Amino acid sequence: MREVAVVAFAQTRHSAVDEGLSEPELLLPVIRAVRESTGLRSFGFTCSGSCDYLAGAPFSFVSALDAIGAWPPISESHVEMDGAWALYEAWVRLQHGDIDTALVYGFGKSTQTDPYELMTLQLDPYYLAPLGLDEISYAALQARAWLDAGGDEKTMREVVRRSRAAGRANPDALDLPDPPGDESHLVEPLRPSDVAPVTDGAAAVVLAAGDRARELCERPAWITGIAHRIDPHYLGMRNLARPASAADAARAAGAGKGAIDVAELHVRYSHEEPILREALGIPDGTVVNPSGGPLAANPIMAAGLIRIGEAARRVMSGAAVRALGHATSGPCLQHNLVTVMEG
Amino acid sequence: MGDRCAVIGVGQTRYMSKRRDVSIAGLVREAALRALEDAGLTFADVDAVVIGKAPDLFEGVMMPEAYLADALGAAGKPIMRVHTAGSVGGSTALVGASLIQGGVHERVLVVGFEKQSESNATWALTTHLPFSSSLVVGAGGYFAPHIREYIRRSGAPPHIGALVAVKDRLNALKNPYAHLRIPGITRELVESTPMLWEPIRYLETCPSSDGACAMVLAAEHKVTGTPAWVHGAAMRSETMMRAGRDTVSPQAGKDCAADVYRQAGIADPRRDLDVAEVYVPFSWYEPMWLENLGFATEGEGWKLTEAGCTALDGDIPWNPSGGVLSSNPIGASGLIRFAEAALQVRGLAGEHQVPGARRALGHAYGGGAQFFAMWIVGSEKP
Repeated sequence: MREVAVVAFAQTRHSAVDEGLSEPELLLPVIRAVRESTGLRSFGFTCSGSCDYLAGAPFSFVSALDAIGAWPPISESHVEMDGAWALYEAWVRLQHGDIDTALVYGFGKSTQTDPYELMTLQLDPYYLAPLGLDEISYAALQARAWLDAGGDEKTMREVVRRSRAAGRANPDALDLPDPPGDESHLVEPLRPSDVAPVTDGAAAVVLAAGDRARELCERPAWITGIAHRIDPHYLGMRNLARPASAADAARAAGAGKGAIDVAELHVRYSHEEPILREALGIPDGTVVNPSGGPLAANPIMAAGLIRIGEAARRVMSGAAVRALGHATSGPCLQHNLVTVMEG
Repeated sequence: MGDRCAVIGVGQTRYMSKRRDVSIAGLVREAALRALEDAGLTFADVDAVVIGKAPDLFEGVMMPEAYLADALGAAGKPIMRVHTAGSVGGSTALVGASLIQGGVHERVLVVGFEKQSESNATWALTTHLPFSSSLVVGAGGYFAPHIREYIRRSGAPPHIGALVAVKDRLNALKNPYAHLRIPGITRELVESTPMLWEPIRYLETCPSSDGACAMVLAAEHKVTGTPAWVHGAAMRSETMMRAGRDTVSPQAGKDCAADVYRQAGIADPRRDLDVAEVYVPFSWYEPMWLENLGFATEGEGWKLTEAGCTALDGDIPWNPSGGVLSSNPIGASGLIRFAEAALQVRGLAGEHQVPGARRALGHAYGGGAQFFAMWIVGSEKP
């Protein structure tokens, strides 16, 4: 494959409350930031990820085009998925060999809705959605499956504590306190702090190929593997404690071919971290979610792209030699994407 | 443009107002199985799936690739969900082709669908983003002023729209998958129907359809049967709100056409192409796109329509399938254009085949006439 690297990454200072900004207003500063850090005004290809349902109106990505100032007209596409899949599409497009740069962005304003209830609409509309399970409830089913397979709640509490502490050290993440010891269950076995917070935010990444990447960035985060896989939708058809699609994506991306210094995992519920560590084959010595991960800031539709960006940032700074970014979509880790980057 | 890519299978459902006999999953699977059958393959032969549809509000299922993965045989594989407004069907084909052109996969299944009977598209299009006011009711309300401006600029006589409506519906009678079938349709009939959004009359607008379309795309060394080779592929987008943007003949459409013509070596589209399947959801968009895509000079597009040049027996047939005016499962409508272009150059278009078609344009547009997706397919290897 053609050598392609992350050469720039920017994210908003994420917010747990509606700060009165529209989606394009959230996006504008991060687009400006990656343009400034690369010096690029235009890109060979642009791809974004967003979800109409967060705003409750069609075409949320249309107004985003105004934010990036698509004039003269640009070569552009959009996925109704997390921005991580937009990055995948851009990486594929760069493989054609005729263009050298791509702009990728994702954004979500979750405070406009109740995202946990909203996710019910993602389920099979005939057989599952009518059951009325919200995202927290079906995540709880997965947590229970993992506990029954030998997991323990202490691990979940530790994931929350560590993620929130890391988030407090990350100026872009939310400032969340250590979880109280006497927290009652929200949906057993999940407590409120096991659940990623409602967050508004956006992120942008610039990809570049070959020598162009070397010109734009002192230490590009070269993508040595990127792959994604989806599992069957129906929860009863999967072993929820062992998502096959995550393991397959990690294998296809070559995650196990070397040491992993840093892994940024799209952990929306605390029990997902140990599940993903095992499925992706993350070694014990790897630093997981030094940014705090989605448990410390979860702007839906950008959170997966941010994982790739946070992992890339550490390669670009020299803090890591080899890093992994993971993104997920769908109920109970149904769809998983793995990106491996090296300095 | 990357590695060579070809269409080796096409599958469509019979488009109609309500497919009460199938679920959404059943609908997309029907198209996918037909495309696989056409290619002589099964789901097991497919490396990846790309699915496209217009806004999720149309069915009320959010990010439906999660639910549809099983029905499309995608479990254990990569699946992507594309959404670029009305152009999405075209974009879906291009994202699928890109996976092959980029050397990532060898066989890709692309699927577009809409089950409009599950909801009401006009009202789903009418809700607005927070902090902004809704300016329109549905797509017709948005595009009618652009059409009026085209008529003012070009001086086109008022009956041109009705001519397109008749021509496309007569073509639809030759397409077994077409939704609207109006035997004996005449200009007088079209002109007798109610005015919806002046100057668009009832029979000058597209129907609301349930339907799905699928294609199997293959890398050169996996080509089987009769291929339609991709000779050019391009997308272009422009901002909706830029002051001074020409919404009648958008720059993004011109740029997209220029890009795809350059790739395919097309100097004069009217002369060098044999047939075009172009996204015409309201009758007047035929003359408007004839000009935007360079088939006619500015202000002259309506003369081609009036002279019958775009009829099935004209020198450059447009929409021999009956087009969007005859079948409109929105998220699939662009993909149907791309698939019908492929069927033409494969010589498999049946009764609406343009004899000897060797090169064809597939076109889709969306949003506020700001998103464009196009490809050119040919019977010969590029």
